Amino acid sequence: MNHCCVQNVRVCAGRQVILDDVSLSVSQGEWLSIVGPNGAGKSTLLSVMAGLKSTSGSVRVADIDIADMTPRQRAHHMAYLPQHPEVPPGMSVGGYVLIGRNPHIPLLGSEGQRDIEILNEVLEQLSLEDFRDRTLDSLSGGELQRCHLARVLAQDTPIIFLDEPTTALDLGHQQQTLDLICRIRSQRELTVVMTMHDLSLAGQYSDRIVLLSQGEVASEGSPEDVLNPDRLSALYGARIKVMEVDSDIVVIPTRSREL
Amino acid sequence: MGEAGPSSASPLAEKLQVSVVLTGVFACLLAMGTSLAIGPASINKIAVFKELIDRLPFIAVDSGLSPIHKSVIWEVRFPRILLGGLVGSTLAVSGASYQAVFRNPLADPYLLGAAAGAGLGATVAIVSGFGDGIGAFDMVPVLAFLGAMSAVVMTYFLGYSSGARRSPSALLLAGVAVAAFLTAIQTFIQQQNVDSIRQVYSWILGRLNTASWTEVKLLAPYALVATLVMLLSRRTLDVMRLGDTEASSVGLRPQVVRFLVIAAASLGTAASVSVSGLIAFVGIIVPHAVRLIAGTSNRIVLPLSVLYGAAFLVFVDLLGRSLVSPAEIPIGVITAFCGAPFFVVVLRTSRKALA
Repeated sequence: MNHCCVQNVRVCAGRQVILDDVSLSVSQGEWLSIVGPNGAGKSTLLSVMAGLKSTSGSVRVADIDIADMTPRQRAHHMAYLPQHPEVPPGMSVGGYVLIGRNPHIPLLGSEGQRDIEILNEVLEQLSLEDFRDRTLDSLSGGELQRCHLARVLAQDTPIIFLDEPTTALDLGHQQQTLDLICRIRSQRELTVVMTMHDLSLAGQYSDRIVLLSQGEVASEGSPEDVLNPDRLSALYGARIKVMEVDSDIVVIPTRSREL
Repeated sequence: MGEAGPSSASPLAEKLQVSVVLTGVFACLLAMGTSLAIGPASINKIAVFKELIDRLPFIAVDSGLSPIHKSVIWEVRFPRILLGGLVGSTLAVSGASYQAVFRNPLADPYLLGAAAGAGLGATVAIVSGFGDGIGAFDMVPVLAFLGAMSAVVMTYFLGYSSGARRSPSALLLAGVAVAAFLTAIQTFIQQQNVDSIRQVYSWILGRLNTASWTEVKLLAPYALVATLVMLLSRRTLDVMRLGDTEASSVGLRPQVVRFLVIAAASLGTAASVSVSGLIAFVGIIVPHAVRLIAGTSNRIVLPLSVLYGAAFLVFVDLLGRSLVSPAEIPIGVITAFCGAPFFVVVLRTSRKALA
């Protein structure tokens, strides 16, 4: 079953076309990664899918056009994490994660027992219990990223959109973050759509990859199909090898010996 | 989740600390009590206390005060204290709300032209001779209120027609333009009517010395409704700290929240300035002092601004009327004169960052 369906999406900024006639679909419970060179339109596509950017064409979630949804209805279906989330100084981890509960609380209301229970569950799930009263600005990059994920999970939506969730992290934290998403995804049967720069990680964790180039879908399919060394070399303007190590796909940039 | 009991009892770090709230309540009571007991008419302070107790339900104490002294307490001092408290809390919580909604620490309640509009309204009322009232009705607060509200409405439409939907800074700039324009008109009218310049000037500096129950009744409904709406928005204003995109990704309509909070804060501000004139600084200093003492969350800053704003203005008014008694120093002068150094002290001694 298609969970999220994008049809003929076109986004322009002035004269520049950022996304040109992009169509794709995501099935329920699928992990889809959107990859592509800088400026290919990955982040734009993600925010269009999350309903945060208006567009010609349509995005349907659970068979409803998201243009017909209120922000609150959208926030019940999907959660979104930008590449550089805002970190309000002095805000506690608990207070921040609780913001994810906003769609479940009336505009002028305050959180109830259920919201606090979910906060506790999410903090426990991401091993953040001890950080609850710490302020966001006192955390390390990896801890902060866990808080962002916790906020997204507290929203309790069937789909989550993550914009380059591992970019600012070191190798270990990249793996830990993706392992965490993988674990929670199977626990909660989440649909995950994320943009990624690291093609190896995208290949290892995703069910399917969409490769964007200059605002168009250049290739789409299983990691083995999309991560083709010739195609990647041409699109990225790079020298790239694709190997398999212990049945994991690995994309390696190589140095030219001619220089 | 059997062990969730103790932690769910204290769900958030962003909660009001009992000690800070009690200090605020104590400061309010202290300021109000002292103000009630001190004044040019020397009244026995213990008798004032007895008189207060006497007003409590089911308690009768004979204070031994003369009817004149009683009326000084209940018709002069008490309404003035209440008015000071109402104005102080409304301006402080409006300032905190403006700062939250614009995500700008320098935002104050007069930002969208409320002060300039009120000034123009009051000036028109005074120079046209309505200042002495039509019949028993004082036109100065009415025109000041209308002036303030129209200025904010003007700013809002101007700002939105030039792109404030995308960025709230267009609204701030529209506010600057509207304020400058209205101030120009106000100055022109004032220059044309030099004979009433003193009256206009004293209005602009802010004063509570004309306070009576009429002003209290005029302000109270607006102040209470506006404050209530702002306080109910405190959680949402914390969500707004994430910026428009992330706020809408968690289901908010940022423009709607901004409209609601700006409307409430402007209503409160307009009602306050209409009865008290322009009292500067309260809307900036009180919320920031609260932030430095108790944290940056709007869940904390808004309610505490109500308490500390009231205490601050009542106390400042007490200083203004007793330092050179029986004359008075305009309250706007004292708020800046005491407020600024106090703020520097808080700024220097605090380890918490400004939002």
